[in-house]
Amino acid sequence: MLRFLTDRILQGALVLFALYTITFFLAKAMPGEPFTSEKNISAETKANIRKLYGLDKPIWEQYITYPKNIITKGSFGISTSKGRPVIDIISQSFPNSLILGLCALAFAIGIGVPIGVLSAVRKNSWIDWACMAVAMVGICIPSFTIGPLLQIYVAAHIPGLKVAGWGNLEDILLPSFTLGLVSAAYLARLTRGGILEVLSQDFVRTAHAKGVSPSKVIIKHTLRGGLLPAVAYLGPAFAALISGSFIVETIFQVPGMGQHFVNAATTRDEFLLLGLSLFFGFLIVVMNLLADLLTGLLDPRVRHTRKTD
Amino acid sequence: MSLLKIKNLKTYFHTRAGTNRAVDDISFSINKGEIVGVVGESGSGKSVTCHTMLGLLPQPPAKVEGGSVTFDGEELINLPHSLLRQIRGKRISMIFQDPMSCLNPYLKILDQVTEPILIHENVSRNKAETRAIEMMKKVGIRDAESRAHSYPHEFSGGMRQRVMIAMALVTKPDLLLADEPTTALDVTVQARILKILSDLKDDLGIAVLFVTHDLGVVADIADRVVVMYRGKIVEQGKTRDIFEKPSHPYVKGLLACRPTLETQYQILPTVEDFLQTQVEKDGSIMLSECPDANKRLAELKSETKYNNPSGDTSNVLLQVKKLTVHFQTGGNFLGKPPKIVKAVDGVDLQIQSGQTLGLVGESGCGKTTLGRAILKLQNTKSGSILYDGNELSNLSQADMLHFRKRMQIIFQDPYASLNPRQTIEQTLVEPMLVHRIGSNHSERKDRIVSLLEEVGLGAEFLLRYPHEFSGGQRQRISVARALAVEPEFIVCDECVSAMDVSIQAQVLNLLRELQQKRNLTYLFISHDLSVVKFMSDDMMVMKNGEVMENGKAEDVYKNPQSEYTRELLEAIPKATLSD
Repeated sequence: MLRFLTDRILQGALVLFALYTITFFLAKAMPGEPFTSEKNISAETKANIRKLYGLDKPIWEQYITYPKNIITKGSFGISTSKGRPVIDIISQSFPNSLILGLCALAFAIGIGVPIGVLSAVRKNSWIDWACMAVAMVGICIPSFTIGPLLQIYVAAHIPGLKVAGWGNLEDILLPSFTLGLVSAAYLARLTRGGILEVLSQDFVRTAHAKGVSPSKVIIKHTLRGGLLPAVAYLGPAFAALISGSFIVETIFQVPGMGQHFVNAATTRDEFLLLGLSLFFGFLIVVMNLLADLLTGLLDPRVRHTRKTD
Repeated sequence: MSLLKIKNLKTYFHTRAGTNRAVDDISFSINKGEIVGVVGESGSGKSVTCHTMLGLLPQPPAKVEGGSVTFDGEELINLPHSLLRQIRGKRISMIFQDPMSCLNPYLKILDQVTEPILIHENVSRNKAETRAIEMMKKVGIRDAESRAHSYPHEFSGGMRQRVMIAMALVTKPDLLLADEPTTALDVTVQARILKILSDLKDDLGIAVLFVTHDLGVVADIADRVVVMYRGKIVEQGKTRDIFEKPSHPYVKGLLACRPTLETQYQILPTVEDFLQTQVEKDGSIMLSECPDANKRLAELKSETKYNNPSGDTSNVLLQVKKLTVHFQTGGNFLGKPPKIVKAVDGVDLQIQSGQTLGLVGESGCGKTTLGRAILKLQNTKSGSILYDGNELSNLSQADMLHFRKRMQIIFQDPYASLNPRQTIEQTLVEPMLVHRIGSNHSERKDRIVSLLEEVGLGAEFLLRYPHEFSGGQRQRISVARALAVEPEFIVCDECVSAMDVSIQAQVLNLLRELQQKRNLTYLFISHDLSVVKFMSDDMMVMKNGEVMENGKAEDVYKNPQSEYTRELLEAIPKATLSD
């Protein structure tokens, strides 16, 4: 187990370094630079600012300095557009995105998995057909459509619900629904497929032959295997949900991390861009690892502690 | 009184393609403590019969059209599922063909073996587990206490089937339905499982319905035999009677077409030699005996072994020396040492031109790897492969292309080894194009047609796709594909293992006929000693990547030198009453 973990952590570090390299050179390749603006700044001032941020040094030196600072000082650089440390920006906005993402995830799992199971059990019935049609619609409607629709038709008509804003408990409701809808729909389809796959296997027939009741066949013999595709999907999906969605956060005015991704790119704020990318990459790596560990927990054949004979 | 009585049972499958009368008006019964064997080829309805009894068939498409199944006085057909569940796993248990897929991979063995007790009896979990472990010991699982906490994938095939048996018998049922329980296992393992079953039958006093395609297996353990063909019972009776004086032509054919170690035939009789089938206008099938079956048999018997340049070692076509193939598993970039599996470990062999070397061994012995290594379809670690004076082991794939024309292979599974998206014509033309055989398309097409005719098919099949053929026909196509480049050496890798005996006989006959006509040299790989004995001049027995024994096929069989060969020979079910 320890071996597996160290392997995976090292692999993760490699992935992050590759991600850093690609982002770094892409950012450098972007036209323009952080301090190009409509204001007239003297060449001298500009040179000074560049020096302050260390942008005057040769590229390869900048390339080495950034990760060095992360490791030695825990510093992800200072945002050139906001003038604040990148780590502060992340630590302020991430909790909001995290809460929103967790609620969206809870909604996605709470709705998607049961619908998937129901569909699979009632395969080819009208229930199955209706569930899968709804799921398909959920996948197809983009969040910039469903978000405003919810604002107009739901938030405006229910007292206590605000069209947008952040701070009260009920404010989470609509954005998390909007954010989680696509994941819920995917989960429903993945769960249905996974369970149908397991239901067609011989050991399910064995269970029936033993006299196991139909509900127990599903719960005890089918669910674990049937959820594996959903778990594999959840790893990266979870990382994407909690790292903030620009669209959903903008529509519902959530002070989350999503806006910073877009702003960092448009303002050529390369330190913020690098910091956010690495943070997002880190989340993906960790969530994938968790998903794999969970898969191991569900499926003894891929469990890493035991040796097969 | 009989324990189980099946009367005029009809189970049909209604699909868009039409109605398949899988089980068509069959009647038989089983008494307490009796073993009844149900024998038939794939599609004969034997498994469907079992599944119908316990209501395990998906309905639709399956539908019980009539008849009754009474178990201990109770009618099972149309019994509500809640009541049927009280019988399943408690009074009637079932074990299935493939122990690899029939155990739940996500649950511990102990959970699965305990489950039937907990469902059907009101006992504590502790007591149930104690009983489960007891039963596991009874079926011969060593260290049952600790092994019980493992998962199915940590068990070998034979051990898994023991777990299945323990799981089926732990509730002390009255009847065990065993659906091809040993088909997926090696012969030595099969022999052990059969022993366990017949011991437990006496011990627990259960009746067993033993479904199998292998007549040899039922001869060993069944009291009575029911033979099914195309959904109908063609003959039933005491095992001895069936084997000694079969009355139905199908049964006669089935008994005769199975190569045994004592087979005198040089060409195997086939079921068609005995049985004429006639499809009536209403879709039902009339079976009748071929009038000249006995004459044909006598003819086949008198056929002498064709002339081999045997004993003449001057024209050795293939000589393999100290061939070694290793597989690496595990290991990683952090320096964890990989596990090395010695799949082929220093094997020597030689085959003379125009002869057949039979290669026998159980699963995992390295026989398939050896065959592939000889054709350079598998990288070797060391050793030499001398083919017609040319060293192959250090050839690049590009240089090997030249030899691919001369050396071909026929694989085990004709379903998987033919490309489902290519027509038969495309499949057969492709190797010709690669090796630039034939100058234009029409010439190649002519060759294909004559090839198809040679393997017993016709030009009308050219534009069809593999799924439109039966298993036997597909294997004929595989043979034609191998022959398309006019090779002189063919590796037959378990090429009849997936087939029913009647079709196996046809393919074996075809291979022999082609060998004689084209002076082919075969490396014939199989797990089935009788088949290898029938096909081969020389024979080699492999175990764990090493050669245990080799020699003339006749000698190896009559006077086995190694302990392992003797074990293999003893494990073969003896269905020799027929000769």
